[in-house]
Amino acid sequence: MREVVQDVRGTPVRMLEEGTGPTVLMLHGIDGPSADPLNVELAKTHRVIVPELPGFCHSGIPDWMMGISDAAYFVMDLMATLGEPKIHLAGHSIGGWIAAEIATRCTHDLASLTLLAPAGVMPVEAPQQDVFLLTGDAGVRQLFHDQKLADAELLRRADDLLDITLQNRAGLARLAWTPRMASVTLAQWLHRIDVPTLIAWGENDKILPFANHKTFTAEIAHAKFVGFPACGHAITHERGMEVARLMSALMGNAHSRSSGAK
Amino acid sequence: MQVYFFHLMPYGELDLAKSDEYNSAWVTIPNDCFDPAVGTKLYNRYIGELELADQLGFDGVCVNEHHQTAYGLMPAPNLIAAALARTTKNAKICILGRALPLVNNPMMIAEEFAMLDHMSGGRIITGFVRGIGSEYFSNSVNPTFSHERYYEAHELILKAWTETGPFRYQGKHYQFDYVNMWPRPLQRPHPPVWIPSQGSMETIVWCAAPERKYTYLQTFSPYPVALKAFNAYKEEARKHGYEASPDQMGWAIPTYVAETDEIAMRELQPHVETFFNKFLRFPSIEMRLPPGYSSIASTKSLMELKFKNRTSSTLETLIKNGMILVGSPQTVREKILACQKEMGFGHLMAMLQVASLPAELTEKNIRLFASEVMPYLQQPGLQPAEIKASA
Repeated sequence: MREVVQDVRGTPVRMLEEGTGPTVLMLHGIDGPSADPLNVELAKTHRVIVPELPGFCHSGIPDWMMGISDAAYFVMDLMATLGEPKIHLAGHSIGGWIAAEIATRCTHDLASLTLLAPAGVMPVEAPQQDVFLLTGDAGVRQLFHDQKLADAELLRRADDLLDITLQNRAGLARLAWTPRMASVTLAQWLHRIDVPTLIAWGENDKILPFANHKTFTAEIAHAKFVGFPACGHAITHERGMEVARLMSALMGNAHSRSSGAK
Repeated sequence: MQVYFFHLMPYGELDLAKSDEYNSAWVTIPNDCFDPAVGTKLYNRYIGELELADQLGFDGVCVNEHHQTAYGLMPAPNLIAAALARTTKNAKICILGRALPLVNNPMMIAEEFAMLDHMSGGRIITGFVRGIGSEYFSNSVNPTFSHERYYEAHELILKAWTETGPFRYQGKHYQFDYVNMWPRPLQRPHPPVWIPSQGSMETIVWCAAPERKYTYLQTFSPYPVALKAFNAYKEEARKHGYEASPDQMGWAIPTYVAETDEIAMRELQPHVETFFNKFLRFPSIEMRLPPGYSSIASTKSLMELKFKNRTSSTLETLIKNGMILVGSPQTVREKILACQKEMGFGHLMAMLQVASLPAELTEKNIRLFASEVMPYLQQPGLQPAEIKASA
């Protein structure tokens, strides 16, 4: 994927972009944007845009960003710069939470919504692993059910700068320290989401328990839900191809049902 | 030089096997390791040790704040200070310190300190800290706001102590429509503020600023690190056009004296090694350095430092690195005076009890230190014969 920079009301935002077709805005998970199997597969048939969320990777934490609401409004400002009347919004983990926050505020600009192991709701059961105590290589392994895929990811990350890893954790902490990876109020407003929605989760997610899906599926009654056995938190790596197919179907249906499918 | 007894009030009877199992003395070690009966005994013992220090002529006694740990049993150090305010007579009572960012209402810290100032007759010295990394886990406070909350809470407390209320305070993290302290503190313009740190340059620069001139306390550091910090403070003061006085610098260090060097080392060894190897152990570097608690650059250098120093401490290495003072009274007083000459500090916080050091050895240490070491530090130029004559 190529790197582009988009100006958002005076703030330069680095983004990975690839492909042509309907626009998918993919909000990354805890480790920042990457050309993971999901994004690569989606980009074969869609214009996939993966922005660096504020506070992650190359940007320090902006002074104005006090919490998740600020991140959500910032991404809404970013969406307004993309020149698309309707956007397929998707997000993984922390990105899924931000996507859900946006969709509870307003779905006018959304063609569809995909939430992949999203953070954002109070845990239905205790997580097995505190996301802020993930340590080094062992921490990366905790994100995966399939340890062979973890090996591959560790190899890919071998050259990652420690600075970026530390910045990603700091950006995540600003948004998700207390309550851990959750909002007390999001569940209250999920009912407002009225666009075609896909929710997918790995059954072996140690960071955000699989059981959390119940809050989302209860409140977004029309959502399609898919649980993946033998899959950890790194769903975009471990089930990239399958998720891409599910998203393509969701987005295809959304388009065929008229641009304002609600 | 003024001499203080700094007590951490540890859970001295920690089950070390259990601590090994969890690789931690903080946050994650289950509190069924804390036996309430032992706890009651320890609180009374430790308060008694601080009272003894007052009776023996120490210039001050010091307590501090830590949470969810066997390292120290003072999540609310002002409670200990309140007890000491009534039972001690002359010693300064130093609370080093309260962790400002950990509270959502810093006014309570301002109020409690003001109360203590009255209850002690103006004997308190206050301390402001950020709290260590693990305390952002145990207190659920966002570490990425740590610096901002610290500076803002500090500003609010100082205003509340010194300005006539009621007034409004509108900060980013703290907002009050009515700030109007009852009681105002006794000491004018406000109780002294001391800042403990392990050598953060940002902290040193902040303390040395002419509008503050806060006493900077170096804690738990190898001698060269402590020396570097004091030199940095002095240099910073010169940049502002003044010379740092000894009163602006304090050194906190575990200290143990016994009849001879050999006895002192033999008696201290198991306890001080337990202290550094068990009580200062965190389950992971992430808990020590939570995200955003320090800048990326500081986090990286601290990570490097911690990884470098992963080997366990021995009495020998602790002495060699200048992390502790141990020996006969003569050895210890000569060492302290030599260090003072080089470093220029005016306050020595002797940590006379560490980890599992039992009551009888602690009391022996306090008494011997008070009679054979402390007078030479408090009265420069005093000769051993004069002490004996006046005793």
